Amino acid sequence: MPDLSRRRALTAAAALATAAGAQAVLAPAAGAAPAADATPQAGVEPSPGAMPSADPHHGHGMPDMPEPFDEVYKGRRIAGRPTTMGTGHEHHGGYGVFVDGVALHVMRNADGTWISVVSHYDPVPTPRAAARAAVDELEGARLLPFPAN
Amino acid sequence: MTVRKNQAALTADEKRRLVAALLELKRSGRYDAFVTTHNAFIVGDTDNGERTGHRSPSFLPWHRRFLLEFERALQAVDASVALPYWDWSTDRTVRAALWAPDFLGGTGRSSDGRVTDGPFAAAAGNWPVNVRVDSRTYLRRSLGTGVRELPTRAEVDSVLSIATYDAAPWNSGSDGFRNHLEGWRGVNLHNRVHVWVGGQMATGVSPNDPVFWLHHAFVDKLWSEWQRRHPGAGYVPGGGTPDVVDLHDTMKPWNDTTPADLLDHTRFYTFDTDG
Repeated sequence: MPDLSRRRALTAAAALATAAGAQAVLAPAAGAAPAADATPQAGVEPSPGAMPSADPHHGHGMPDMPEPFDEVYKGRRIAGRPTTMGTGHEHHGGYGVFVDGVALHVMRNADGTWISVVSHYDPVPTPRAAARAAVDELEGARLLPFPAN
Repeated sequence: MTVRKNQAALTADEKRRLVAALLELKRSGRYDAFVTTHNAFIVGDTDNGERTGHRSPSFLPWHRRFLLEFERALQAVDASVALPYWDWSTDRTVRAALWAPDFLGGTGRSSDGRVTDGPFAAAAGNWPVNVRVDSRTYLRRSLGTGVRELPTRAEVDSVLSIATYDAAPWNSGSDGFRNHLEGWRGVNLHNRVHVWVGGQMATGVSPNDPVFWLHHAFVDKLWSEWQRRHPGAGYVPGGGTPDVVDLHDTMKPWNDTTPADLLDHTRFYTFDTDG
């Protein structure tokens, strides 16, 4: 559903999850709906000026937040920075990663390694490595915004 | 009673019926609901927060129930079908019959990873990838490239020998059988198989590849083998653990089943090796 709006994607996902008896699963995603109301492009990278430098509510018990990065890798812009913004339900330790401006769902493991939704069973050392692994995996394909990913 | 068989032992007719039931679930939309549920949990389960389907003690009972739901859906199409399991420690090459065109089809082509044979190849028109994280709508695989080797039986045995089910902090940093089987620690069994298959199987929407069910049916079987080896050990934690499903806590999304209800697989099915 690449061209669905966030709201429509949420609705579709909720319908599918309900069909599977998974109403409770989508509670975190539903919690992100107000952000979608305010920001039709939720899931797409906000302007840098809108980004706080750190989120005191995230990273509890975690190592220090990784440094921001911004580079072109294999022809695609990958960026990462601490954030409270955006994508709502995902759990990324307050750190956002973007591929060509589209948020990539990433997650930090207990040992400090990282994974992303397109490489979810294969930890790598840093969020930059997760972004590069995503570019490798995508082979030029366009990432879909949250909540699809 | 449902008997789960090794995929390598299926008859041609059993393969045909399983494939037909998979395609019917896909056509009806039921299949994709399972993919959506899995992805919702995989992005929601975190080491420092609520965790149910993955990176937690309930990884095993959660997937047991998830597979039961899926198997019941298959049986609603064809009551003769049971989920087979893929013993990847034995059938460990791309030449295994599992990947033949009469069953799951083979690896993807090198240019774009697209699976080009078998019933789930995009060209057959019966397997659109709808629940996805990127723009590609075709089933992809890259067998044996993300990681070269599937786990060996010796590696499986080394994990089955771990006497403790799980341990604090009950996540991807834990010691114990569950996390070594899941693969965040140690020789890496379950996670490595996802990586070995590649394509959608390496992502949060891994149930897009039907091999997901055969992989997890074997992970589930390994849990039963572990129970047989360690009859005095059991599911932990037993109660009062924040963010973690304790033995008698109900599990989302069903909210009507606890790990305790799922410990004995023979209530639901047996394996061809039981007995």
